[in-house]
Amino acid sequence: MHVAHLSLTDFRSYPSVELELQPGVTAFVGPNGQGKTNLVEAIGYVATQSSHRVAADAPLVRHGAGRAIVRASVVKDDRRALVELEINPGRANRARLNRAPLSRARDALGLLRTVLFAPEDLALVKGDPSERRRFLDDLLVARAPRFAGVRADYDRVLKQRGALLRTAMATRQGGRRGSRTGHTVVRRAEDEAGFASMGAGDVLSTLDVWDAHLARHGAELLGARLDLVEALRPLVEQAYAALAPGSAAVVMSYRGTHLSTGEDDLGTSDRAVLTERLRARLLEVRDAEVERGVTLVGPHRDDLLLGLGDLPARGYASHGESWSFALALRLAAYELLRADGSDPVLILDDVFAELDAQRRRRLAETVRDAEQVLVTAAVPEDVPAELSGFRYQVAEGSVSRGD
Amino acid sequence: MYEGVVQNLIDELGLLPGVGPKSAQRIAFHLLAADPADVKRLAHALLEVKDKVRFCRVCGNVASEEDCRICRDARRDLHVICVVEEPKDVVAIEKTREFRGRYHVLGGAISPIDGVGPDDLRIRELMTRLADGQVTELIIATDPNLEGEATATYLARLVKPMGVRVTRLASGLPVGGDLEYADEVTLGRAFEGRRLLDV
Repeated sequence: MHVAHLSLTDFRSYPSVELELQPGVTAFVGPNGQGKTNLVEAIGYVATQSSHRVAADAPLVRHGAGRAIVRASVVKDDRRALVELEINPGRANRARLNRAPLSRARDALGLLRTVLFAPEDLALVKGDPSERRRFLDDLLVARAPRFAGVRADYDRVLKQRGALLRTAMATRQGGRRGSRTGHTVVRRAEDEAGFASMGAGDVLSTLDVWDAHLARHGAELLGARLDLVEALRPLVEQAYAALAPGSAAVVMSYRGTHLSTGEDDLGTSDRAVLTERLRARLLEVRDAEVERGVTLVGPHRDDLLLGLGDLPARGYASHGESWSFALALRLAAYELLRADGSDPVLILDDVFAELDAQRRRRLAETVRDAEQVLVTAAVPEDVPAELSGFRYQVAEGSVSRGD
Repeated sequence: MYEGVVQNLIDELGLLPGVGPKSAQRIAFHLLAADPADVKRLAHALLEVKDKVRFCRVCGNVASEEDCRICRDARRDLHVICVVEEPKDVVAIEKTREFRGRYHVLGGAISPIDGVGPDDLRIRELMTRLADGQVTELIIATDPNLEGEATATYLARLVKPMGVRVTRLASGLPVGGDLEYADEVTLGRAFEGRRLLDV
């Protein structure tokens, strides 16, 4: 698939911009801070309804404007679809497909699929586990938009259960302090948590119920992630070997909190088995959870462990190796999406400047056959010769054709 | 901003569910222009509803006497109770004319974020109703969202040991709809709750 037209209103630095795009390679060149990345960020937003740069939507709206609008005309198998998103920070976004409003913006997910490479990708290897969880979950949603719902449900269970655990914590601490100083302290501790009416017995009996729901929704997310890691593994190995020939082999394993310390992988992604497993683990850690007021077991605390040979990539891999690993993860995601059906749009945001000559060339060779590749670079020399195609100059918020 | 009284009215109306500032302003000016008798009737109705309407001491539904119309109706099946979150759910189910049993209104669903636990719902009253063994089936009709499901699970665990059959309303495809237009979650639920076809 490819994006044939992009139109932005009050998105980031652009009051308004219209852009015709073609299949093949298109490069946006211009000094930093002129709005290159904003263009590809908008295209990424159409695909995932989140930005690769910021967690909240507010910075996406031009300063002083109330909302931003992104329109993208997506061509897939010679059919054109017009996706329109209205970004309303703090409120629900609205979406239209071919001018017809959709009941939920989420329904527009999956119409455009992208794989985006950015300098931020280095965090996949060097950053917190949350970066890697997000990588897996975003890919799940890109493959099956249904997972946006699964993820939202799981987050909601977590929130509800978290509120309950904090009440339990307040009750317990209040009870302890209260035994010394009388009832007023108990009252106050409960009031602080905002649930003055919930007693300790009440909390524990409802905790069982939330355990069951957490386990069920958690198992769905966990099982899907485990299957995804299996599907990615050979593709990551292949991509890494192509980027850095002769280097140590890459190792990828999913570290789930549904396993006890030192316990081996269950060797299954069966949802029923995982549900049972999560419930059992929740019971094991319940005391600690009530003590700290947070849910300690579940896919929101898992990690995807990355290694080179016998060593973990985080902390041991060189800068170049980390880059190769991050690129290999993205390329594997691209291959996986491609195998599912149509070619996703590849976006390379400012990455070539970060790579040495060899990695640059290999990355360019790997991606040049994609249906559409969008590249941003500060100077023309950063775009590898292999990626010849259309050029746009981006300066002070205006975009013009030219070399 | 308008003169004191008018602004007061707009502010009060704006507190109602589904009424934004624009609608509140529109209603306020409609009332200003309306016949004084009409406005008095509305004010009277508002006061009366707070004065006269109470909640049925058996099921918790809105009632004008101690017990509601349904609980007083001797023709209703005493062996089945349908549990709902709000009185408006009773109205929705009554419209179907499918259900001949009685109701139990919980007054909400379990939601720790909002500080609502089982003790804040009319669950103790439900247990009292079940205690005499006359009820053989409990139909749980809480909303098909996370909080409604959690409440359903909680009730099922509480009630099952008493030997009462606990059932849950089916969730799935809308009647008269097209399969292709159903969203994935609904369709997935429908698959989960599929049943054997009788021939």
